[in-house]
Amino acid sequence: MNDAPFEGIGASVRRKEDLRFISGRGHYTDDINRAGQLHAVIKRSDRPHARIVSIDTAAAKAAPGVVAVYTGADLERDGIGGLPCGWGIHSKDGSPMKEPPHPVLATGKVRHVGDPIAVVIAETKQQAKDAAELLDINLEDVPAVATINDAIAPGAALVHDDAPGNICYDWHLGDKAAVDAAFARADKTVSLDLTNNRLIPNAMEPRCALGEYDPTTGDYTLTTTSQNPHVIRLLMGAFVLHLPEHKLRVVAPDVGGGFGSKIYHYAEEAIVTWSAGKLGMPVKWTSDRSEAFMSDAHGRDHVSTAEMALDKDGNFLALRVKTLSNMGAYLSTFAPAVPTYLYGTLLAGVYKTPAIYVEVKAIFTNTVPVDAYRGAGRPEAAFLLERLVDTICHDTGHDRVEIRRRNFIPTDAFPYQTPVALQYDSGDYFTTLRKALEHADYAGFEARRKAAAAKGKLRGIGISTYLEACGIAPSKVVGSLGARAGLYEVANVRVHPTGSVSVFTGTHSHGQGHETTFAQLVSDQLGVPISQIDIVHGDTAKIPFGMGTYGSRSLAVGGSAMVKAMDKVIAKGKKIAAHLMEAAVEDIDFKDGKFSVAGTDKAKTLGEIALTAYVPHNYPIEELEPGLDETAFYDPKNFTYPGGCHVAEVEIEADTGVAYVVNFVAVDDVGRVVNPMIVEGQVQGGVAQGIGQALYENAVYDKNGQILSGSFMDYTMPRADNLPNITVGTESTLCTHNPLGAKGCGEVGAIGSPPAVINAVIDALKEYGVRHLDMPASPQKIWSILNANRPPIAAE
Amino acid sequence: MYDFAYERPTSVADAVKALTADPDAKALAGGQTFIPVLKQRLAKPTKIVDLAKIGGLSSIKVSGQGVTIGAMTTHATVANATDVQKAIPGLAELVSWIGDDAVRHRGTIGGSLANNDPTACYPCAVLALGATIKTDRRSIEADDYFQGMFTTALEPGELITEVTFPIPSKARYEKFRNPASRYAMVGVFVANGPKGVRVAVTGAGQNGVFRHTAMEQALAKSWSPDAVASISTPTDGLNGDIHGSAEYRAHLITVMAKRAVAATM
Repeated sequence: MNDAPFEGIGASVRRKEDLRFISGRGHYTDDINRAGQLHAVIKRSDRPHARIVSIDTAAAKAAPGVVAVYTGADLERDGIGGLPCGWGIHSKDGSPMKEPPHPVLATGKVRHVGDPIAVVIAETKQQAKDAAELLDINLEDVPAVATINDAIAPGAALVHDDAPGNICYDWHLGDKAAVDAAFARADKTVSLDLTNNRLIPNAMEPRCALGEYDPTTGDYTLTTTSQNPHVIRLLMGAFVLHLPEHKLRVVAPDVGGGFGSKIYHYAEEAIVTWSAGKLGMPVKWTSDRSEAFMSDAHGRDHVSTAEMALDKDGNFLALRVKTLSNMGAYLSTFAPAVPTYLYGTLLAGVYKTPAIYVEVKAIFTNTVPVDAYRGAGRPEAAFLLERLVDTICHDTGHDRVEIRRRNFIPTDAFPYQTPVALQYDSGDYFTTLRKALEHADYAGFEARRKAAAAKGKLRGIGISTYLEACGIAPSKVVGSLGARAGLYEVANVRVHPTGSVSVFTGTHSHGQGHETTFAQLVSDQLGVPISQIDIVHGDTAKIPFGMGTYGSRSLAVGGSAMVKAMDKVIAKGKKIAAHLMEAAVEDIDFKDGKFSVAGTDKAKTLGEIALTAYVPHNYPIEELEPGLDETAFYDPKNFTYPGGCHVAEVEIEADTGVAYVVNFVAVDDVGRVVNPMIVEGQVQGGVAQGIGQALYENAVYDKNGQILSGSFMDYTMPRADNLPNITVGTESTLCTHNPLGAKGCGEVGAIGSPPAVINAVIDALKEYGVRHLDMPASPQKIWSILNANRPPIAAE
Repeated sequence: MYDFAYERPTSVADAVKALTADPDAKALAGGQTFIPVLKQRLAKPTKIVDLAKIGGLSSIKVSGQGVTIGAMTTHATVANATDVQKAIPGLAELVSWIGDDAVRHRGTIGGSLANNDPTACYPCAVLALGATIKTDRRSIEADDYFQGMFTTALEPGELITEVTFPIPSKARYEKFRNPASRYAMVGVFVANGPKGVRVAVTGAGQNGVFRHTAMEQALAKSWSPDAVASISTPTDGLNGDIHGSAEYRAHLITVMAKRAVAATM
């Protein structure tokens, strides 16, 4: 079999799942239709903040085809709970965060445009839509707060009466006294105010949920567009609908992108499941794109001040950060963790800054809830740090490469304890920086700047040396930080009697290519061709348990669980092999799918061992159970710490202010790479989203809380022609604490790239004295800078 | 979308009859704006009169007098027509930049002009070239046709059948795309032809496409980018939104005009 193609760890195997995806044979939630299925349409608030005076459902109920109309009052009557939050944060003073109720359907007040008020369920979607227009809803507007700054202004309207000042929590981390002392003795301090723009995720597949109920068994099934079906079962079953796990199955079939927005438990999932039970009929809800803009959790939205204290040589002495983070109108599932433990803890970055102190206030506003979006907290930290470093260079004249090298954590300093709780296990920031600068021909840039100037273009180059923490997460650690769940992962490896393998994983693939990567991992370890391996995910009825996919955790945590389960398979296989070949267990080696007796040519294949395990005629039945089917739970010992260097090169049209990224290099340390092609695609996709944040995307609300960027007519999603060729290099050091050495690659692109792009834009504009520019660097914003120094119409 | 009655006549006369009989009926041409509007329930017509089966409305005729395009001719057909590319290259180029491939294979010139979206491209060419819009009952000069955003000289039930563009000696379009929608945030069409030197601007004006007389006068004196470079556009009457202020649009009008003139040289 030596002529078989190499398809283990390190091979760029073509994605097994792509045949169905690119040939239109994917199986998404909305593709599933059940006999007698009813259709739900959600009536949402078109007001940012209003008291619900009355809701008259009579006309809607009487409309053709309508089966039911429910409001918050109906849910309350059935004892349905509010949507739970999965993470509790404590403020500086030890008090728990304000955690106002998040009703499935609004009761009392609506708090953002898109807040669900009622559901109409009818035989067709058309009928449900028609009837929804007949709902007579009397809303009385109250003052709204749309932005962080409006929400914290004295006398601002309150989103929740029990959250004074609209503050959810006032959290801090680090050594304030040490930081203050360092600032007092610093030779130089540099301060920067910056915002991290609010984003709308826009996965290609809008959310969808199908609820079913079997009255003969009392079993509920929810099929939903989720990144983590077990988490949805846990949250919805335990907190909202009060259903025990064995009566609630959650299925997440093919899912067309998530980027975080499909982690959370949403109201519609509870609505269709509950109403399927009430009505005894399947109920489906499918979001349309306009609905997605006002009901999917948004991302980012920070306002910060960052200050660095330095000595005269440019050594970082201390970092002080104050951040205001927009939570939106309610706490989404993981929202409180994002600007705290996924952000504040990342503020050391790749630097050995000895003292760091960060204060974060989370703010309620009359906007869509904000939660984790690709990178989640870490892009905000990387943007703040990498913009601050370039601003230090702007203010002091230090070279931006040299100052980074000067402050990098030395390669021999790992494991490295940061002043903000994390302990980095491995990394080599000097190498990723050097390689990225080589790939980008950093040394040759000035010639390109001159050539561009000759064509009327302003050219700039920007770098970002970033770090992130993923592989989420050690349960004990996150539990002590407020997580209300464990964050281990689960794998069940089932070797079938004839030697083929099914692997059941608690992670979920919604574009990441797990069916291929995990098959390669199993092939590598068990010596079985990937055609003989199926990866099964996304069904609580098939998979023992799992926490799903986010935080670049699937390979580092889910893959490690698989390795542990395979270790058990191999250990049991050795016992069976020892029995068959009449040797001692200690003398059995397992390699390339064969159990052999050391020093002999005696060997049995995994298939032979599996058959023996299931047909145990000649078998150590007294001491060993039949079968070859092992499950492992893996709880990581630490986070993983991917990092690297991104280099962006931009050109700006001098007469219009339009910026183009003309070259992009990403050199990342993602630890062990199983499939280089998939890793390259993950990095490219992340960089595309990062360029989107830097130059294009922006969720804009008007002062009153109406969303102005509520469709693709006004929300600028990056398109293929907005993106350059992206050079991806990996320079890995291995993670030291998981069996694969894997760190994770899903988010690095979105974390490292925005500051690289903005640093490049500011570099291009350096003749104009620009110190900082907030994202997105839109044509109008850049033109305003160019225009400020020139008469309205430049004579060129 | 809401329920509606559907009719698919085979002659202009029958279509006009259907539209005239019911003031809440609407004509469907390529549907690239209208169908999204219906899907979002932003319009509630009682009846849709689909023009797809009317013969003779999809054609391109090029003569010494001009280029005549049938109302139901798709953008892709116009953009790819070698005789249009030869006669009025600026027009073929403008059409090739409308929407995306899918839109260009369904969208029609008649639909675009009847809708008169203030950020659409076609009205800019029609106004700058001084085209004539022929309907089931009369001919309308471009200067009389556009009457504000989404407003035209068309009477209820009146259907465009074809549009004739006089052939200019010089004509070009430049478009600054709205970053999100890719519609014209500012589009400028410059033309020097039988109807004189004319400059039309789309995307920028609160009342839709308009002629830029200051630029026309300057270009009539001297057809060069420099002639328009110093001409600024008053900001009152220009759109401002999250993508661009009125000042920015005014600036872009000059930049796009310069580029368009330069492209003709």
